[in-house]
Amino acid sequence: MENKKFITKLKNEYLGKTYVTFCGLFIIILTLTIILFILSKGTALFIKDGFSLTGFLFSTAWKPDAEPAKYGSLVFLAGSTLVSLGAVLISAPIGVALAIFMNQISPKLGEKVLQPALELFVGIPSVVYGWIGLSLLLPAIKHNFGGIGFSLLAGILVLSVMILPTIASLASDAVKVVPKNYIEASYGLGATRWQTISKVIVPAAKNGILTGIVLGLARAFGEAMAVQMVIGNSIKIVDGLLSPTSTLTSILSMDMGNTVSGTAWNDALWSMALVLLIMSFVFILIIRAIGKRGE
Amino acid sequence: MNAKQKDRLWTGILYVVSAFVVLLLVALIGYILFKGRNALNPSFLFGNPKFGEAGGGIGPMLFNSFYLLVVSLAITVPLGVGAGIYLAEYAKEGRIVGILRLCIETLASLPSIVVGLFGLLIFVNIFHWGFSVLAGAMAIAVINFPSLTRVSENAIKAASDSVKEASLGLGATRWQTIAKVILPSAMPQILTGIILAAGRIFGESAALLYTAGMSAPNLNFHNISLINETSPFSLFRSAESLSVYIWKLNSEGLVPDASDIANKTSAVLVLMVLIFNVTARILGNKIYESYSGKK
Repeated sequence: MENKKFITKLKNEYLGKTYVTFCGLFIIILTLTIILFILSKGTALFIKDGFSLTGFLFSTAWKPDAEPAKYGSLVFLAGSTLVSLGAVLISAPIGVALAIFMNQISPKLGEKVLQPALELFVGIPSVVYGWIGLSLLLPAIKHNFGGIGFSLLAGILVLSVMILPTIASLASDAVKVVPKNYIEASYGLGATRWQTISKVIVPAAKNGILTGIVLGLARAFGEAMAVQMVIGNSIKIVDGLLSPTSTLTSILSMDMGNTVSGTAWNDALWSMALVLLIMSFVFILIIRAIGKRGE
Repeated sequence: MNAKQKDRLWTGILYVVSAFVVLLLVALIGYILFKGRNALNPSFLFGNPKFGEAGGGIGPMLFNSFYLLVVSLAITVPLGVGAGIYLAEYAKEGRIVGILRLCIETLASLPSIVVGLFGLLIFVNIFHWGFSVLAGAMAIAVINFPSLTRVSENAIKAASDSVKEASLGLGATRWQTIAKVILPSAMPQILTGIILAAGRIFGESAALLYTAGMSAPNLNFHNISLINETSPFSLFRSAESLSVYIWKLNSEGLVPDASDIANKTSAVLVLMVLIFNVTARILGNKIYESYSGKK
């Protein structure tokens, strides 16, 4: 009798519960595995090959075939940082403007037109952005500003379109939850709509907007294909908006296939992957800090 | 300038910015579809690619993109929905769940190139699967896992409020309630999430470069084995997807009409994204109607 009861209970409850708990724990195992493997591959350059950390982080000399080989990654670090900061600089004001428009100026147009538009922007694959950049943007840059087209500027422009939906939708969520009575109080004092927006709504939604901007920055930092296609991939430090350069992701997507696993060159690439992993942690920590401040 | 004029000026600016973004999207999609308007003919969609001469098709890549999508969804859907159920119904807020949520955030913010490199390391090299459908599908499963978990958690939380206590009160166990009552009513919302995710997976490239590989063997549909390498359904053959093909076309000039093929392939990708988005939207509206009792 007891036994039968246990079997029914097993069927009706324990099996399912065990399965979903496993699924939950599996996420933790997966994440830790990824971190562990990239950590061990990413530190090999410094531990196994004896290359110095400062030589990796602060030198622009990337000469993997030279004797002795040099694996300075400053060019890529600087490229990634500048291209993503540039993209955020363009995208953040536009994203916030969209968020305000969607919630305060015309919620109807926002819901019927802008929201679906942003979803489509997210949906367009990154190689298609890269391809459009390559076939449309590069000739335009070459024609209007000179240079060869492939440039930091092209990378910034392509990325700014790609991260716009991230910033706009998070900012919009933040603007949406600004308490109604703040807004009504402001109007009640005789403030105009713009005064209410700039003095009440944006300050009240500040944390959410910042979260959106940091997430946009994170997405720009990690984007690979589109940037690789338009930035030119020349290994030299940036000296202007029109100069071609490389990023961490672009060198990773190009060189990983040309190097043999276990060589110092390959290990240097893994160290860059580790940098990308660490950066995404840093972005998460910043977002959490912003969230805490808001509470 | 007084406050009223300032208000009008800024309202105008917000209108202009929003209109600009929508126009940019329309122009972008219009340009892609126009440039690739000849894509919808059978000899291009289903034909084999050619090397060194013009007029090749994208048949194998189109098949690969769909096949990768199906295999990867077959992996993530059970796991993601399971983890979503765990978080919504079983997990007690505490240390483990805190870690779990941090892991989800970490996974979600990993750049896809990093996931691709992890796939190269584990699936391609350590498991000896080589560049294969399975390795590629696993890599995109990793990317999709956190978002699917979130979607399922939210859908189940939303669906469980009204019906859970009734079912538990009738003497059903927790798992019976979830499996027989909550999950069916949460399914449409989960499905919408899956379709949107499918749109993103379909265009994914960075994670596939070094997992599914950069070659697409011609397909022979007389063989339908899952492991035999000459079969189109083989999990262990290399499977270049549409977006990887675009990328490869313009990094290696294999065919004289590379830019024409890239234009047409971009149009196919964008068309697919449009189809996925519209389907998800229609489904979303249906759910909204059934919840709000309009129909």
